[in-house]
Amino acid sequence: MVLKPHLDDFKIIGYYLGKITIGIGLFMLIPLVVALGFKEISPTFDFLIGIGVSFLLGFILTKICFTEKDLNWMQGMIVVSLSWLVATIIGAIPLYLSGHFKSYLDACFDAMSGFATTGLTLVQDLDHLSYAHNLWRHLIMFIGGQGIVIVALSLFVKGFSGAFRMYVGEARDERVLPNVIHTSRFIWLVSIVFLVLGTLALGITGILNGMKPHNAFFHGACIFMTAFDTGGFAPQSQNILYYHSMYIEIITVVIMILGAINFKLHYHLWTGNFKELLRNIEMRTFFVTIIITFIITAIGLYRLGIYQDALILFRKGFYQLISGHTGTGFQTIYAKQFINDWNQLSLTGVIFAMALGGAVCSTTGAIKMLRIGIIMKALKEDIRRIMLPEKAIIVQRFHHIKNTFLEDKQVRAALLITLCYLVLYSGGALVGMFFGYPFVNSLFESTSAAANVGLSCGITDISMPALLKVTYIIQMWVGRLEFMSIFTLLGFIVAAVKGK
Amino acid sequence: MSHVSRNTLHVKIFVKLILIIITCYILPVTCYSQVSSSDLINNAKQYDGKEIIYSGEIIGDVMVRGKFAWINVNDGKSAIGIWLAKDLVKEISYTGSYKTKGDIIEAQGIFNRVCAMHGGDLDIHASSLQVIQKGEKVEEIISPRKIKVAIAFLIICLTLTVIYFIRLGYGS
Repeated sequence: MVLKPHLDDFKIIGYYLGKITIGIGLFMLIPLVVALGFKEISPTFDFLIGIGVSFLLGFILTKICFTEKDLNWMQGMIVVSLSWLVATIIGAIPLYLSGHFKSYLDACFDAMSGFATTGLTLVQDLDHLSYAHNLWRHLIMFIGGQGIVIVALSLFVKGFSGAFRMYVGEARDERVLPNVIHTSRFIWLVSIVFLVLGTLALGITGILNGMKPHNAFFHGACIFMTAFDTGGFAPQSQNILYYHSMYIEIITVVIMILGAINFKLHYHLWTGNFKELLRNIEMRTFFVTIIITFIITAIGLYRLGIYQDALILFRKGFYQLISGHTGTGFQTIYAKQFINDWNQLSLTGVIFAMALGGAVCSTTGAIKMLRIGIIMKALKEDIRRIMLPEKAIIVQRFHHIKNTFLEDKQVRAALLITLCYLVLYSGGALVGMFFGYPFVNSLFESTSAAANVGLSCGITDISMPALLKVTYIIQMWVGRLEFMSIFTLLGFIVAAVKGK
Repeated sequence: MSHVSRNTLHVKIFVKLILIIITCYILPVTCYSQVSSSDLINNAKQYDGKEIIYSGEIIGDVMVRGKFAWINVNDGKSAIGIWLAKDLVKEISYTGSYKTKGDIIEAQGIFNRVCAMHGGDLDIHASSLQVIQKGEKVEEIISPRKIKVAIAFLIICLTLTVIYFIRLGYGS
């Protein structure tokens, strides 16, 4: 028997949604200040309206649904899944008011793409977008990468058990420090330190490349935020190709890899435990998968003969590949070049890389390295079991921060999530094919959306069907939250309708 | 006889003149074909290594690199990088951004599908650049309705903040 949710459930969910809504409004103060600083009048009003809607909605929700009760697992998961939708709708307000979007749906597409750190975009005339709106596009990626709910709550909540439930709901099942709020603040510390260093590196390189100083540092900050949070937005329409700079490419590759590393591993590196980098199962798997997928891509490009020079083949092939593997989506080729100039083998290499993703507890999406590592270990164990005598006791271990014995439940969980991702990738590809796009193109774009990558082969465009836009929005949302909180929300809706 | 030879001479001169005109004026024009960014990106193989004319608005920064410079030119569909001599960018007064409409330029040069000099970028190496239309500063157009709505929200937010702090004072 399914139990109908209690009024208290709605109140608790509404109360925390209200707080998060206010949190989103507070973040809009940053682009508002930038708009005032650059004397951009129209964007100032856009952000005032955005802040007004957030504060008003947040105030109403927190007053009507006021409660002092803590969240249980179900409520925590639902708050998370709904928060991402609410954040998308509110975050899209200033974007839509900018006049650079064909419809509110397109603005929501970009907002979800930003929060989910995807990087697919439907913005028009990006090269004439204001500093304030451009910063907001990049800032939502930075917020989304850390986790909207935890970011909002860590600002004005001291710590409570419900926070951990929402932390898990945002696809972060590992705590760096014992307290989840401390963990979230550590993630902030790492991100801010790297933000300063990354902005300096990119800004100085930009100036040396001939950019105006204020533009160089603005671009530096924006590019850092989207590289470290493996998002993929860039301030100009040509993405990274705009800079025509090998140094920018090298710096962004380093930042993308840093963003794809587990924050727990960052903590060990910060505390001087560099050995962990070599022993960790995720890093080993990451290294192996990069090599395998790059070999596939490189063979494809070599056979095609488009890049005659080996260095050029490496520069173009490796950049798109590492961008896909880390889930960033930066491009140094035009979207159409993937289809016009690359062959299916090289595209398959990139699709595999996108589908695999980076580390758990990082800012990347997709299946992730720990799960791939566990599945590979389990496969190895089963092969050994077949080959050794029946009475042999086979034990498989892996190292992830500490040595752990491989258990069936870990393998089951890893396989289940992997299966869910494969269904999600295929589902989007089917919808793409329904609208007449070829198989490889559809699979490429669908994997990019669901794995929160952002590489595009040209399907993502303002002229694509609205249903396909909605499909990609759902894929980005589900892919970023890794299914559980979405399944809980669906269960809650069913219980509200059919429950007794 | 002399009359015939004079006529033949006139015909020869006329034919030579025609050939000179064709060589000097018509041939270069037909070599350089006017193309859009979509043409270049979608048919890169066809235009690779060919001399082309590309026009559009200069956007972002003019990035000077030694004796050369990079500009990015958007024709309304996509922007393409143009590599040219530093002296050629002196004519540029405005580049496109939120507050400015960039100069509309016409560049003649060689299109590269995979530029060996620039790490495989799709680009144009321009030999000449002409400003067709000067850019200008753009006045912001703000809808009066937007201002009214923003002010209304500002008043509501300030009122809510005051209420919040008054209640906080009573609570403590």
